Amino acid sequence: MTTDLFHDRRVTAGLLAEIAGLAGRAPAPVRLMEVCGTHTMAIHRHGLKDLLREAGVEMISGPGCPVCVTPDGYHETAIRLVTERENFILATFGDMTRIPTRLGSLQTAVPARGSAVKIVYSPAEAFETARRNPSKEVVFFGAGFETTIPAITVTALRALSERLDRFSVLTAFWTIPAPLRAILTAGEARISGFLYPGHVSAIIGLEPYRFVAREFGLPGAVSGFEPADILLGIRSVLEQIRDGRPRVDNAYARVVRTEGNPAARAVMEDALEPCDALWRGLGRIPGSGLRFKPQAAAVDAAGKYGLRPSDDAGDAPGCRCGEVLRGILSPSRCGLFGRTCTPEHPRGPCMVSLEGACLVHHKYRGPVRAVKRKI
Amino acid sequence: MCLAIPVRVVGIDPSGETGKVDYLGTKIGANFALIKDIRVGDWVIVHAGFAISRLDENEARETLDMLREVQRAGEG
Amino acid sequence: MDKISLELGGGGKTMRDFIARTILPTFGNPRLAPLLDAAHLPGKIAFTTDSYVVDPVFFPGGDIGTLAVNGTVNDLVVSGAKPLFVSLALIIEEGLETSSLNRILRSVRKAADKAGVEIVTGDTKVVRRGQGDGLYINTSGIGRVVARPRPRAIKPGDRLILTGTLGEHSLAILAARGEFGFENPVKSDCAPLTFLLPLWNRGVRWMRDVTRGGLATVLSELAGESPRPLLVEEKDIPLSAAARAAAGLLGIDPMYMACEGRAVMVVPEARAAGVLAFLRKHSQGRRAAIIGRAEKTVGRPGELLLRTESGGLRLLEPLTSELLPRIC
Repeated sequence: MTTDLFHDRRVTAGLLAEIAGLAGRAPAPVRLMEVCGTHTMAIHRHGLKDLLREAGVEMISGPGCPVCVTPDGYHETAIRLVTERENFILATFGDMTRIPTRLGSLQTAVPARGSAVKIVYSPAEAFETARRNPSKEVVFFGAGFETTIPAITVTALRALSERLDRFSVLTAFWTIPAPLRAILTAGEARISGFLYPGHVSAIIGLEPYRFVAREFGLPGAVSGFEPADILLGIRSVLEQIRDGRPRVDNAYARVVRTEGNPAARAVMEDALEPCDALWRGLGRIPGSGLRFKPQAAAVDAAGKYGLRPSDDAGDAPGCRCGEVLRGILSPSRCGLFGRTCTPEHPRGPCMVSLEGACLVHHKYRGPVRAVKRKI
Repeated sequence: MCLAIPVRVVGIDPSGETGKVDYLGTKIGANFALIKDIRVGDWVIVHAGFAISRLDENEARETLDMLREVQRAGEG
Repeated sequence: MDKISLELGGGGKTMRDFIARTILPTFGNPRLAPLLDAAHLPGKIAFTTDSYVVDPVFFPGGDIGTLAVNGTVNDLVVSGAKPLFVSLALIIEEGLETSSLNRILRSVRKAADKAGVEIVTGDTKVVRRGQGDGLYINTSGIGRVVARPRPRAIKPGDRLILTGTLGEHSLAILAARGEFGFENPVKSDCAPLTFLLPLWNRGVRWMRDVTRGGLATVLSELAGESPRPLLVEEKDIPLSAAARAAAGLLGIDPMYMACEGRAVMVVPEARAAGVLAFLRKHSQGRRAAIIGRAEKTVGRPGELLLRTESGGLRLLEPLTSELLPRIC
């Protein structure tokens, strides 16, 4: 396997050495929150977590996992759609199908006659499914942050303009800046800076994060997902700490523009409006969600089928996913972790989602006795 | 939440909204509704079947040059 | 678990638990217990069986017939036996096109000839429409034992060698299913591993074909029996461009992708270069590579470790549940 520069060991070693130098001279222990579940996954999968710890940087997982923050009530609504209605196709991203609720999971649900759960990798596939199946109603279970919301919205608008009445979207749209403000305002997590999500930022740009530097005086960098990208982002945050100049740096300029993607945002503004949303672990955050505007009612599954997803998070007793999502509990410190809560027998969504902090910590953990590696 | 990779546009359908992208020889369909003036040969980032951003080739080159410097320094 | 779920056949933990908690206690006998790919019987006979339920039955690079022969042949080879005779049991769904069945039977014949085995007995059943995915095949195989795999003889410094690139079979199936609008020119790697037989005389301690569950699962099982922890070097794993593309586009991890014509083996350090040269001379072994070793100082016995491309160190877990492409 030819290793490209973004994975090259000499590159990561070089960047880690710079990071270690900067962290060593920092005024306080360096604890950075990676907001996005894909960052959590990448950091652990590439073995960077322990390397960063050795370099003096502690990484904390944040709330950026749409599967984790969507309350069980939404999953139960989706399950009911496919188990109680005939000739109904519930299309969804794969990860959503494994969340266990009181009604089981989408994966184990027994569909009603003529109904089915269909795993898709794009909302466009769900749309095509509706087109090709004139006898079925299709609902796309659309959970996601700003990376995914425009794609789902474009698809919904297309269904409206082409009058594909059989297609609609059950939305669980979450926005990134609001939970960051909630976490910082709560002041529970000790955070020295942020790694901002590269692909959410490709849509929303840098402006939505500026309040973090201005109001809370904390540094941050928009970062990509390859090992070198992550380290470049962390290096930038440490440089901001060194210089005492917190701001929003763009360490992923090849993909992210300062203004983000205006076309994508225009689509969102066209069809969606902010709403209050209840996040698992974070509670109700005003204006933190998005929903369809009234003119898009025909494609809004909630209105179309009279659905009222309950806000009940449905957490199992002892499950501390909420604290993990708020960045105040490391998964390995949860009493259930690795004992009664494992990937095979998960108690909460953070252990189910492929980007859930608990699953990632468990699956990609280091060897039991950390031995100094030889270079 | 953010799995997306840089791919090359190799075909655009007559509608202009959809087409094909290539990644290391594997082709997959993609939707270009979120990118203005898409052209064959463009590099874009694709997420959930939709191109969400165009790759800035100058910035990409700068980043690669910088990483190459780090790599060389590591060899010394 | 009240009802059997699809996961039971997936090659992951659910299946392993089923074997450990239900199969072994029910049948437990010394020949079954080691759970080798083929049982070693008195008279230097090895005996194996496997069933094939692939959907679709035709895919780029092969079909269920090629799979059925090579899978059983390969189980014998990696268990230290020269494959000789194979049985062929067909469960056919009513309504399957006769031309399809004939095409598959010709594939079986061709694969058998290539692997040097004879089809000596068999059975045919037909089930009602809607119950068979077209066709299911079971093959059982008999071979002559030439060596005994000895994972407990693994020494620190022993090398892990992979005979070729990962994942092509999985990808050929995905592309053939037309899922996710995924087009790629890759063909299944389905092939007989009989060319590996001479290596049993070149010091190979253990071999396994990399099927369901992928490389990570196969090596996890070995780690359980090896007296030394195993370390895999991510940067040394041969991957086809197609596998890397799938990993990027669909988020599927190549370490868990099934192959049908690749093996991983343990070779003493001093013999590794010779084995590698032998493999690379063969058309099926051109991309063979040393991908790791049994460790001396890092990790604990039972552990399977991965040194990531970036230089990190972590555990490499076996497959726990069905692989789902992820985007979020």
